[in-house]
Amino acid sequence: MRFHKTLLASAAILCAAMPFSANAGTSDKRIALSNNYAGNSWRQAMLTSWDKVTGAAVEAGTVAAADAFTTAENQVTEQAAQIQNLILQGYDAIVLNAASPEGLNGAVKEACDAGITVVSFDGIVTEPCAWRIAVDFHEMGRSQIEYLAGRLSDGGNLLEIRGLAGVFVDDEISAGIHDGVEEHSQFKIAGSVHGDWAQDVAQKAVAGILPSLPDIEAVVTQGGDGYGAAQAFAATDREMPIIVMGNRHDELTWWKEQKDANGYETMSVSIAPGVSTLAFWVAQQILDGKDVPKDLTVPFLRIDQDNLEENLENTEAGGVANVEYSQEDALEVIDAAM
Amino acid sequence: MNLRPSSDTIRLIVPALSLASLLAAVFWLQPRAMSYIGLNLLFNLAVPIALATIAQMLIMAVNNLDLSMGAFVSFVACVAATFLYDSPLLGVPILVAAVAAYALLGVVIHLRNLPSIVVTLGMSFIWTGLAVLLLPAPGGHAPEWARWLMTAKPPLMPMAIVASILIALLAHFIVMRSSFGVLVRGVGGNERSVERAGWSALAARAGAYGLAGAFAVAAGIALVGLTTSADANIALRYTLLSIAGVILGGGEFVGGRVSPIGAVIGALTLTLAGSFLSFLRISPDWQIGAQGAILIIVLALRLFLNRIENRERRR
Repeated sequence: MRFHKTLLASAAILCAAMPFSANAGTSDKRIALSNNYAGNSWRQAMLTSWDKVTGAAVEAGTVAAADAFTTAENQVTEQAAQIQNLILQGYDAIVLNAASPEGLNGAVKEACDAGITVVSFDGIVTEPCAWRIAVDFHEMGRSQIEYLAGRLSDGGNLLEIRGLAGVFVDDEISAGIHDGVEEHSQFKIAGSVHGDWAQDVAQKAVAGILPSLPDIEAVVTQGGDGYGAAQAFAATDREMPIIVMGNRHDELTWWKEQKDANGYETMSVSIAPGVSTLAFWVAQQILDGKDVPKDLTVPFLRIDQDNLEENLENTEAGGVANVEYSQEDALEVIDAAM
Repeated sequence: MNLRPSSDTIRLIVPALSLASLLAAVFWLQPRAMSYIGLNLLFNLAVPIALATIAQMLIMAVNNLDLSMGAFVSFVACVAATFLYDSPLLGVPILVAAVAAYALLGVVIHLRNLPSIVVTLGMSFIWTGLAVLLLPAPGGHAPEWARWLMTAKPPLMPMAIVASILIALLAHFIVMRSSFGVLVRGVGGNERSVERAGWSALAARAGAYGLAGAFAVAAGIALVGLTTSADANIALRYTLLSIAGVILGGGEFVGGRVSPIGAVIGALTLTLAGSFLSFLRISPDWQIGAQGAILIIVLALRLFLNRIENRERRR
């Protein structure tokens, strides 16, 4: 994974880059994080990453302040009021995880009109004056098939575990998987179930469909469902297929056990909550006067056979594998979009 | 000429004082807010809340309570962002029908003697359902004129302040100065005596509900004018905010005792309280609690003044 570095390495690169990276231009700038929700482990990890990385940046004098604000309730009107308050408080940039892609456009426009840089990530906004750091869910689905094509040159039957029906993310990932299968015609999706991104639901759904399926070579997933699928397969006398994981702690733990026991090989892909720090550095670069395209794409956090242990160690029990981004990573993402 | 302030004026003093002291605190914390743009940013989201509060006040004036206010404003916002933008010829009748539905609700509640809380709670699901049908995913566009109205920059005073004053004056005129307003408050005060005097309490209640619907429609359009697009859940908070605004502004749950100017001030105070806490940098975990604390302090102050008022009267 090109973006994945250990914290130590990124810190080292950051220090090395410091003398010639143009941070003089932003040393008096203040950046605010406007966040709409903090009620799950992903968001908590996102806020912790923000504090860790921006705290260091403030100490190093790269920016003057980087304060995080979370609305008390996940409501559009409240976040709009929060953004207006941030405008009044005179922040130079607002990094935004939005409650609604459209509902905040009025407030975002007001921020832009006040000369404030607005960078939205994860929950992006459609207002043209804002920057967007979006997740390419389609590619996340497609990359799984790509990986499988490398592993299984003969192809075979796939079982697809989808997410929550009717949610845009589920449609995107699934569309990516189906496009990948079209590209690599040796694969065939033999069955498809909804696992709702939850291990227990996935286990029940897979156990239910398994008796009706032919031999399954691999399971493509959306994250949060790999462990449940593995449990369902383990309960039968079928051979364990390649199950693509989603960076959750239980998934990585199970993978590690299998790897140690019988050399089980797979990969794991998801979005790191540390994407908030990527948005922070992008905002800093924009404030620094760098020409940044309005639409950027979040790199995935991919875990492979050789960096499994290291990632598992850094993942909290019950949490998601995380990575904090550096200024260098942000530059790389910006250059990739140019 | 009596120089002693009337009880209505005393009722207005607490909300006005709490707004003034909150405003002073905000200015002290954030001097940047003390400007044309600053005031507009502080208060523009209060305009739809003020309209919804007036709507809630009209319903409370006839001793009822509307728990569907937030859902209804969300529904109107969705209509405004879709039909009113694409085809006003279809959008306007829908909104008129929505107002008529409100009046009809008043009729049904009156004739069948139903508890308004239960009926409006049920209606809230209907409004939310319709809103989701209209806009399953957030989107839509604000009608040009709504956007223009909410972003207009009148001279001297920002739009948010101008709009608040206009809303307060209009509501004051309707509720306190017109014979219809007297009738509505009379129904809240003593329904039977109003009927004995030959007035129709049914018409008064239907009128109050219809007018409330009209103000709520205005709230939804104003909200879309600010946000530029809608969402089926955009105004769910307005139910409780509008009730709190009425009470904060000197209104009572029963007895037809309401104050339109106070209600607008109450809505502004509630909005400002949020900004104040955010400027104080209170952690979000505590903010809801702190908001509640501000409410309780203001209400306690009012209770205290009420007691003084009663003592004066007894003398």
